[in-house]
Amino acid sequence: MSDWSKVQLHVVTGKGGTGKSTVASALALALAHKGKNVLLCEVEGRQGIARMFDVDPLPYGERRLTTGLPDADGGRGVVYALHIDAESALLEYLSMYYRLGRAGRALDRFGVIEFATTIAPGVRDVLLSGKVYEAVQRNSRNKGAIDYDAVVLDAPPTGRIAQFINVGGEVGGLAKVGPIKTQSDTMMKLFQSPQTAVHLVTLLEEMPVQETIDGIAELKKDRLPVGGVVVNMVRPRDLTADALAAARAGTLDRGAIEAEVKAAGIEVTPTLVDDLLLEAREHAERRALEDEQREVVRGLGVPTYELPRMTGGVDLGALYEFAGLLREQGMA
Amino acid sequence: MARRTTEHQTRVGPTSPSGRRAGPLDVDAMLADRRTGIIVCCGSGGVGKTTTSAALALRAAEQGRNVVVLTIDPARRLAQSMGIEALDNTPRPVTGVVPSSGGEAGRLDAMMLDMKRTFDEVVESQASPEKAQQILANPFYIALSSSFAGTQEYMAMEKLGQIHRDAKKTGTYDLIVVDTPPSRSALDFLDAPERLSSFLDGRFVRLMMAPARGPAKLMTAGFSLITNSLTKILGAQFLKDLQTFVTALDTVFGGFRQRAQQTYSLLQADGTAFLVVAAPEPDALREAAYFVERLSEDGMPLAGLIVNRASPAPESKLAAEEALAGARRLQGDGSGSVAAALLRLHADQVRLVERERELRDRFATAHPQVPTAVVPALPGDVHDLDGLRQIGDLLADSASAG
Repeated sequence: MSDWSKVQLHVVTGKGGTGKSTVASALALALAHKGKNVLLCEVEGRQGIARMFDVDPLPYGERRLTTGLPDADGGRGVVYALHIDAESALLEYLSMYYRLGRAGRALDRFGVIEFATTIAPGVRDVLLSGKVYEAVQRNSRNKGAIDYDAVVLDAPPTGRIAQFINVGGEVGGLAKVGPIKTQSDTMMKLFQSPQTAVHLVTLLEEMPVQETIDGIAELKKDRLPVGGVVVNMVRPRDLTADALAAARAGTLDRGAIEAEVKAAGIEVTPTLVDDLLLEAREHAERRALEDEQREVVRGLGVPTYELPRMTGGVDLGALYEFAGLLREQGMA
Repeated sequence: MARRTTEHQTRVGPTSPSGRRAGPLDVDAMLADRRTGIIVCCGSGGVGKTTTSAALALRAAEQGRNVVVLTIDPARRLAQSMGIEALDNTPRPVTGVVPSSGGEAGRLDAMMLDMKRTFDEVVESQASPEKAQQILANPFYIALSSSFAGTQEYMAMEKLGQIHRDAKKTGTYDLIVVDTPPSRSALDFLDAPERLSSFLDGRFVRLMMAPARGPAKLMTAGFSLITNSLTKILGAQFLKDLQTFVTALDTVFGGFRQRAQQTYSLLQADGTAFLVVAAPEPDALREAAYFVERLSEDGMPLAGLIVNRASPAPESKLAAEEALAGARRLQGDGSGSVAAALLRLHADQVRLVERERELRDRFATAHPQVPTAVVPALPGDVHDLDGLRQIGDLLADSASAG
């Protein structure tokens, strides 16, 4: 049973460099159980999804991306992808609600579209999150659109996330009446409901953990639902606590290691043993820091999930592996 | 497409023989050169720009220069150790600067950028008090000054311009180190001044101002069509606020554009050195490549690339596969868990180092003209001057080590 089975909109955020796009992609694969349709969206204009899944750059339109991670019985769902840009979202919005006629062309001619999407404060964010909203709660005006069981948003980084989805605050404050106001209120209702979860990706390092703490506080302040914390790039943990302590203190038994390495059929040189001891020491130091930060993350009182560091980089196979790990840990 | 080989030293692209590669970045020479007046560190988020900027600033100060470092969002403990917890937009002296190698230390000031405060100050300096009040209270101004994509980038440049002008007048600093905001894309940071002034010049903005300026004849049929449909969508108050804002901002128009232009030229000048900061990861290096291309397109003086957090290369030549095979043999007979674990760690390390080197090599093949410094990863986080000093040493060592 998934921890988030009631959630329809999974927002994945995190500090830059923590791998939030990787986690969002893996989560989409994990959520795509048999018979389910999952949409993976990106809004930052970086075409990260296309790169990660090795497909052509995504257009503004839902594309079948791949199939999900197989269930135990081999059944799998489908993952779709959508690249949202503000300008297309605005034009789609105008045609959906206002029929782009003379007024629409005039808006374009007078630079309003450009103004609204690049400059007007907050409007960009509303257009982007508005499209995400539309994908979650399909509009009757959008005929023939796919109904998704879950939508995963590869969202802006932690520092901007509350502002990004708190459209009520941004535009609500500027447009006090009128349809935009009503619509942003409806959007907020979804974003603040238990159907939404904002997951935060972090590393077990001081800065990203601090940013996660700050991010959670900010989400809570705006009454946005905090999801889980995904701890990414966790180091391997096959040394015992005793061995780690010895490695840190520099008291690992050099003779014993030499003998074992020799027994392993490897030519023992002093340089090699030095390397192994040094690597063990640095590893142990980092592990100690990780453990400290892990305690901090546990103290946050939200479900946490861990993904290992991939020394060879993250390829498509690794995404499925991560998806499997997220499922095992109950995230999907 | 890059070739895959295991012998990295011999991997040379056809268009860039290694002889033409720029080689290591000499950080100490750059800091010692009195002509270097501004150092701008740019790069994507999470690559250690702030730490690099602070470390460079400290090193320069300890070598006798008078430095101010302008940071955006330092880690709390680093900020505390530099005495800049308060976000008051004023440079504060950093205590604990000691001269390196017998010379005399200069001074080091640090400040954290308050984007909104900087914006407010610009408005206040350009408009009459009454007008300024009107602008500062407008909801559009509030949203623009705190959340417009690019505002932070623009304000960092604005603050740099201010400090530079003051320093020139009073002679307080001879080196300004700037840490740039983690832009969504490389373009934001260079385009921000341009974007802000083209916003103020935009057709729509001019139209919005037209009625307030006078003759109603400017209210063309097309424009009333727009205002009508905007009123329908957004509500009348929205439009009214927007109009007030744009009209009020008109007063500070010229000032804005002129300053943006000045700052831009300042960045292009010889005394500026751009450093692109990256981590040895595909995304960060891709962003770094964008920066390098943009900087050269815009004629900005690029000093080099700093690759942070590189995994230290082992001395021994034991290959990853061999180490793993050994680890498997050890586990097969049920003994020796420690050595097996160490061999696996070693294999991980070797793979990381190889991957990072390959990434850096590809970058160098595509951008052979960029001098590079590689800074090995420290086991812990940096949050005091000693840590910064250590980073500074590693930066400088990179030049001698090659």
